[in-house]
Formats: sequence, C-alpha cells, structure tokens
Amino acid sequence: MQELDITRGNHRIDPSLDIWGWEISVYLFLGGLVAGMMIISGFFLFRERYRDTRSTSTILPFLSMVLLSAGMFALFLDLEYKVHVWRMYATFQITSPMSWGSWILVLVYPALFLNMLVRQPRWILVRVPLFERWSEQMHRHPVGIRTVGVVNMLLGALLGIYTGILLSSFGARPLWNSAALGLLFLVSGLSAAAAFVHIFAPNREERELLAKSDNAFLTIELFVLALFLVGLITSTRVHQAAAMMLIGGPYAPVFWVFVVGLGIVIPLILQSLAVTHRIQHSPVPPLMVILGGLILRFVIVAAGQASHWTRAAQLW
Amino acid sequence: MARYGMVVDTARCVGCMDCVVACKTENNVPEGFNRDWIAYDIHGANPALHMEIRSERCNHCDNPPCVYCCPCGASHIHERGGVVLVHHEKCSGCKACMAACPYDARFIHPDGYADKCTFCIHRVEQGLAPACVSVCPTHCMHFGDIDDPNSDVSRLLLSRRNHPLVPQAGTKPQIFYLT
Repeated sequence: MQELDITRGNHRIDPSLDIWGWEISVYLFLGGLVAGMMIISGFFLFRERYRDTRSTSTILPFLSMVLLSAGMFALFLDLEYKVHVWRMYATFQITSPMSWGSWILVLVYPALFLNMLVRQPRWILVRVPLFERWSEQMHRHPVGIRTVGVVNMLLGALLGIYTGILLSSFGARPLWNSAALGLLFLVSGLSAAAAFVHIFAPNREERELLAKSDNAFLTIELFVLALFLVGLITSTRVHQAAAMMLIGGPYAPVFWVFVVGLGIVIPLILQSLAVTHRIQHSPVPPLMVILGGLILRFVIVAAGQASHWTRAAQLW
Repeated sequence: MARYGMVVDTARCVGCMDCVVACKTENNVPEGFNRDWIAYDIHGANPALHMEIRSERCNHCDNPPCVYCCPCGASHIHERGGVVLVHHEKCSGCKACMAACPYDARFIHPDGYADKCTFCIHRVEQGLAPACVSVCPTHCMHFGDIDDPNSDVSRLLLSRRNHPLVPQAGTKPQIFYLT
C-alpha cells in the first residue's frame, strides 16, 4: 500500500487540480465548433456554393466570428491577470501550444472576414455598403475565392487540432497526454459544426448533405474515442488509471450517457434513419450532437485535471 | 556554469515545518498558500510499513515543462544555476504552467500571477543559503552546485542512496531525497 499525505492545501491545487472551469471547456468547444464551421464554409466556397443565395455559406463566416469571439471572451474570463492579456501577443514562444493557438486565432479572423465578404446577409450589406464594393471586386476573381476557401479549410483544421494539442501537450496530466486528443477534438468540432449548420440550413439538399456528413464525422469520432481510450489503457499504470476514470470511475456515468450515448450513438442512429427517409429530419439529433460535444470538453477538462502521476494509485 | 540543486535527508527530517514558516516569512507568501510543504509518504505491507517525511517544493527541473508551455515567456530559466523563475510582470495568469507541473508546485498569487519557490535566489546571489535550508533544526537540507563534484550536495549524492520525485515524468528534477 501507499498513502501520501501533504500539508500543502493550496487553493485550486489541493486536493486535486481545479484551475480550469467552464470557461476553458466552453472556449475549447466553441473553438472546435468554429474550426468545423470554417472547414464546412471553406468547402462550400471551394465548391462555389456561394452562388446559391439560399446556401448557409452566406451566414456561416459571420456566425463563426461571433462564436469565436464568444469563445475568446470565455478564455479572457479565465485569465487571472486580465490586464496582461496582451502579453500573449508581445512574444511568440515556439514550444508553447498556447502561444501557437493565440497566433492562429489572429490569422483566423482575417480569413473569416474574407470568407464573409464573398456573400453577406442582406442586413449587413444595408449597414455597410463598402462591403458590397469589396465583394464585387472579389467576384471578379473566382480563383481568389477558391483560395480563400482552401485557406479557411486549412486554418479550420489547424484551429481544431490545436484545441486538442493544447491539452495533450501537458505530460503532467496522464488523461490528456494522448496524441489522439487533437484528432478527437477536430472530428468532434466537425460533427458539432455539421449539426449546427444542419439546424438552420434553409434548403433540403444542404440539410441532406450535412446530415450525411455529420453521420460520417460521428462514426469517425466514435473510432477516435475508442483509439484514445485504447491508447491510454495500453500505456503505463498512471495512464491506465486515467482511462479508468472515464471507463468505470467517477466520470463514467456522464461520459457513457451524455457523450457516447446521447451525444454520438443515438443521434447517429436517428440521422441515419432520416437520410434514408424512414423518419423526418428534425433538430433534435443535431442538438444532441452539439450538447454531446460540449459535455465531451467538460468531461475531458475536469477528468484530466483530476488525473495525476502520484495520485494514480488512489484512483483505482 | 553552476547547477543549483537541493538534497534532503529523509532520515533526519522530522516534519517540524520550520522550512515552511521560514519560506513564508522570507518571501512574504500570502495566507492560505505555500511554496514548500511537508509530505508524509507511507508505503510497504503491514506490519513492515515505512514512512518517509519529505520537505517538498518546486524541483527546478532541468527539462521544465512549465517553462516550455508558457505563452508569454514569463516562466524562464535563470542564468544563474538553472533556477526556474517567473517574471511576474509578464505573466497573464493563464495557468498553463500549473497544468504542466507534475508536482503541483505552483499556485496563483492573489495578485494574479503564477508563483512558486525561487530557491531564494535573492539570498543565494548574496552568498546565503535558501531560507528553508538555513533554519532547518535537524540540518536535513543541503543546497549547492550539483555540477561541482566537491560540493556538499554532490558528495551526499555519491555517498547515500537517493531518489528524485516522479522521475518517470521525464522532467529531470533537481531535488534529491536521501533514504
């Protein structure tokens, strides 16, 4: 047996790390969601779907900017020294994933803005007529628009992977220390984005396309989730203990019921029935996917902080 | 170039917490927080149980993940002795360094920046020992240049069995515990 007692008792450190709350979970979720939306809207640009005025590509970039700003505001709320937020942009630390992420976010905004200029909602054009002139100039260069689409897809993939790499780079937290986390958060972001766009897609063709894509993303997400757990279980004892927190430990009920069951498997079944026209399309399965993606971030952030090198033995 | 490290003789440590009080006084550590602490590690099978009492703090690792993950460049390796420090004026309080530390040695100071043990570098630069070492009533703590084979710490490490904390995390900690 081993028993470790310490006299420390530091706030938010003991008895287990509790430094990142809802702000970081929401930021990671919105970052992943926007990453997925950038990939989808970039793809729509590349395939010239912007020519169809009923396409969701007219509103996606604007919505992405709003959601990303909300995520960054949540991140700002998490900072303990808020007036020093600018310090992140006074340097570039090549070994810090958080520094990479800060600068990726700076690149994401202009890419989304260019994407938005291609086709904006009417209410924006009325308020800012200048955008219409810029938009007309862009339409004279279809290759340029396709390039904006490719840049959006690439930056979306970088942003989505970054949200996972941010956590997986922390070797001190065994649950996060998996290369599969980057891929998991990217695919989860894609599935949430496809579900989100599906909810308000005005035309049937796009709804069908997004539901089919969402089914593919959910299937891949299920495999990556299994890969993530298998990778931990086949690793060291501390990594096994970390995986057990999700598989059969304190986080298991939320993980199995809300993330795997209601967040992936059931919406996958319902959407499969919808795309084969056995049931009507409804906003319920996409809502379940979005909530599942949000709860995945909450579970991973909370369980990761509870996983530890020295307390592993006490978690079994 | 010196490489500062610490050696704690667990056979002598009685867990009196003088080191904790000295640190709090010397560094004006705010109430409710500790830069160093005592760990009671009980292991073995009953009745052959063994208790190791350790005075613990930041391990000033040679491969410090807290420095590598800092997005602001606030966490850094000091030019003198490889001591890991934090520029308070550069820190944004993002807490990445706290998540990266396998020893949970850092905390957020009430003023908003990440704080931790400094090996009392302000004393060391004046030729003094860190406050915790200087007050230890059992003389169980030793501080010095681990790269110097003639230093107290190097001789102790050669003469006694010792172990660092969580070496499997790969951070190359520079505090060693004599058993």
